[in-house]
Amino acid sequence: MGLWNSYRLRLKRRRWRLQALLKRRELTALADRTGRIGPQDILVFTTLRNERIRLPYFLSYYRALGVDHFLMVDNLSTDGSREYLAAQPDVSLWSAKGSYKAANFGVDWLNGLQMRHGHGHWVLVVDPDEFFIYPFCDTRPIRALTDWLDACEIRSFGAMLLDMYPKGSIRAQAYREGQDPFEIACWFDSGNYTIKRNHWMGNLWIQGGPRARTFFADAPGRAPALNKIPLVKWKRHYTYVSSTHMLLPRGLNHVYDEWGGEKTSGCLLHAKFLNTFAAKAEEELTRRQHYGASKEYIAYDSGLRDRDDLWCKWSEKYINWRQLEILGLMSKGNWA
Amino acid sequence: MSVGFIMLCHTAFDRAEQVARYWAERDCPVVIHVDRRVGADRAEGFRAALAGLPNVAFGPRFACEWGTWGMVAATQAAAELMLARFPDVRHVYLASGACLPLRPVEELQRYLDQRPHTDFIESVTTEDVTWTVGGLDAERFTLRFPFAWKRHRKLFDRYVRLQRRVGYRRRIPKGLVPHMGSQWWCLTRQTLSAILEDPRRPVFDRYFRRVWIPDESYFQSMVRLYSRNVESRSLTLSKFDFQGKPHMFYDDHLQLLRRSDCFVARKIWPQAERLYRTFLAPDHAGSAMAEPNPGKIDRLFAKAVERRTRGRPGPYMQSRCPNENWENGRTAAPYSVFEGFTELFENFETWLAKSIGGRVHGHLFAPDRAHLAGEERVYNGALSDSAGLRDYDARAFLTNLIWNTRGERQCFQFGPADNQAVSWFMALDANAQISVISGAWAVPLFQSNVNFSEIRREAARLQKIEGEHLSILRTPHLKARVRVWTMADFVENPMEPLQAIVDEISPRTARRLTEAPRMVDLTGFGRFLQNLKNQGMQPHLMGDFPVGEDPQEPPARHGRPYLVKGAR
Repeated sequence: MGLWNSYRLRLKRRRWRLQALLKRRELTALADRTGRIGPQDILVFTTLRNERIRLPYFLSYYRALGVDHFLMVDNLSTDGSREYLAAQPDVSLWSAKGSYKAANFGVDWLNGLQMRHGHGHWVLVVDPDEFFIYPFCDTRPIRALTDWLDACEIRSFGAMLLDMYPKGSIRAQAYREGQDPFEIACWFDSGNYTIKRNHWMGNLWIQGGPRARTFFADAPGRAPALNKIPLVKWKRHYTYVSSTHMLLPRGLNHVYDEWGGEKTSGCLLHAKFLNTFAAKAEEELTRRQHYGASKEYIAYDSGLRDRDDLWCKWSEKYINWRQLEILGLMSKGNWA
Repeated sequence: MSVGFIMLCHTAFDRAEQVARYWAERDCPVVIHVDRRVGADRAEGFRAALAGLPNVAFGPRFACEWGTWGMVAATQAAAELMLARFPDVRHVYLASGACLPLRPVEELQRYLDQRPHTDFIESVTTEDVTWTVGGLDAERFTLRFPFAWKRHRKLFDRYVRLQRRVGYRRRIPKGLVPHMGSQWWCLTRQTLSAILEDPRRPVFDRYFRRVWIPDESYFQSMVRLYSRNVESRSLTLSKFDFQGKPHMFYDDHLQLLRRSDCFVARKIWPQAERLYRTFLAPDHAGSAMAEPNPGKIDRLFAKAVERRTRGRPGPYMQSRCPNENWENGRTAAPYSVFEGFTELFENFETWLAKSIGGRVHGHLFAPDRAHLAGEERVYNGALSDSAGLRDYDARAFLTNLIWNTRGERQCFQFGPADNQAVSWFMALDANAQISVISGAWAVPLFQSNVNFSEIRREAARLQKIEGEHLSILRTPHLKARVRVWTMADFVENPMEPLQAIVDEISPRTARRLTEAPRMVDLTGFGRFLQNLKNQGMQPHLMGDFPVGEDPQEPPARHGRPYLVKGAR
């Protein structure tokens, strides 16, 4: 990469940071408990809107992994999410008045908060429907992973988004508050992913899975990106560029090996396709606040009307991280 | 007679305290060194926590930067203190704050009692060392290293290069043969005191002060001067990964550690509560007089390093995106590609499936969709048959298919009418077995019912594509197993090549093909080619089919085709 490119990327990073600083003004603290954050704490950053029913399980899942504090941005929820979160002892909550889209789909808000509170911490950025798994997550807390990454001087950790879905109509089973969503949506596509390299930013671009298979067969290039880098040892000058798909400086995107070896990686189990999805899709269609003019939601809406069953006979039923490792979706790398 | 422990600590003092207490309470003196870079209050708290134990002493403090002399100085001072303060000690065991005893210390004592004059220290000459990272082994002893490797990597590297270029070499003190090995040793009083009281020690110390990573070479070399009996292995189980970083042990390693029968393991993750609880429990029993046997753990970590450096053959994933030719196998398993066979034989796919027992697909890269075996719409791994998805990344389609079906041989048809995006990929893939009957694409045209001008145009197009494909298969970099016949040659004697292909796919069955696939009726094919020629096209890939001389009908056109062949 030449000097010119580095310079362009630096400008880009500056612009994103500036945007984050500007957008930070849209945030009002509803419950600021950041004073309780210890110097070694592992932090979760999340932005959400109307996710009340998901929150109890989300919080308990990450608490069990060993996350110490949650920093959350609520974008005008009307379903009680705000009140619920404000009452949690390990949650700091901000309310964002502006438009989700204008804030780069929430990235600016979180970048701003990470700049202020994330510096020097391991930071995990996930949506309320994303559940982080990593090698040995059933026997080792997340601190074991971050300690190991520290020891190896690794700054960022990749975890591909794995779309999970139920068997049969996604409307068939109702999700109950507090329930493990993967009791319902326990199926996934194991081997239909494509990988491209983004040479400019140094990240991979992964597409495929049930969404590409059912909704984007005619326009696979428009299928959503599944590559994510949610866990980063944050520094003030870092910035997420597009959701958690890529970061700047670009070295942080290098979560893959180019010489045949396998780096250690995890997955984000994506519990999007529950009965709550249909309602959400309709709402998002009217708001048009999602990426690419909500193209995804338009595709789902038309796709889901004729068939809302993502399951096929070769769908794989989720068991544990070891299964995903064997299937080649993630890797232990040299962590043993 | 007892064994004394030297502990080098710089972090996780609560755990170090637990272990020190464990040893001290079992009548093993402990001398502790705390890194000088640790703050005074933390060091003082640690000292206070162990104050009640009479056989725990704290040595003078040195700053222990990785790879520098500080570690050795600290060890020397602590060892002197140990030998002076605890005259009963016969063996001195060097451990760190992240070490954990896996067997009761009484077992270690008994083990050492039976070997009273043995020094346990890994000590290997530089020529025989295989584990050094960065290629510095013998040069550790002959160059100078004034810059810290961790903090000033560039300066460090440049200075090494400079010294190499000007041919600088330090002189090694007389009588010293450089040896290296694990820094965790267990030496006898005799040997250790001889090293520490050597009249030439200032000379050696001055020399080693400038050697790179002296903690892996000082005692390892010195022991060779004095020891009567060196057992070149460490009693501490300590594994290093490919970057020279020690592997960590966690709670889920409990059973492995228990069965390893090693005396001490390092490094333990400080929060591995279950390991500390189990191995430091007062009633924890070992396996009596078993020899340490870390084979299983060795294998586990060797596999981890292999996975990190070479990876599994075949998968492309979020954390493995190899550059071309670094794939460790472009695909996961061998597969067969057939070009022109379905065109020439009426029932080729069913025949092949029966003959080899693998999975036989149609034209996977056909323009309309991927013709998967049994005309399935979705296949293993939820791979879709959609042409759009497939053509978006044809290579990924192929590698995914082969990866998803590991353990079952995949065969598929290919031809000039298909998406050619995978041509190069297959040619350079050692797992591909490609068999081509060139020119057979003309058979469907010959049988088709369209205007001749269209046939002519299509024939020209297909011939051009296949010609390019064949030239790819003739690349000098070819890795695939390729066989090419012209259609004319193949029709002459179809069974021999078929037998060869089938034998290669399933060599163990060594089955003689009894049934041949049924060839299409080629009566008039020579005339058809002549017509193409008359229209100005030059069909050449199929070989020579003279007009009027139709190929001999295969012997079994009127009935079941059986083949009787003698021994070759």
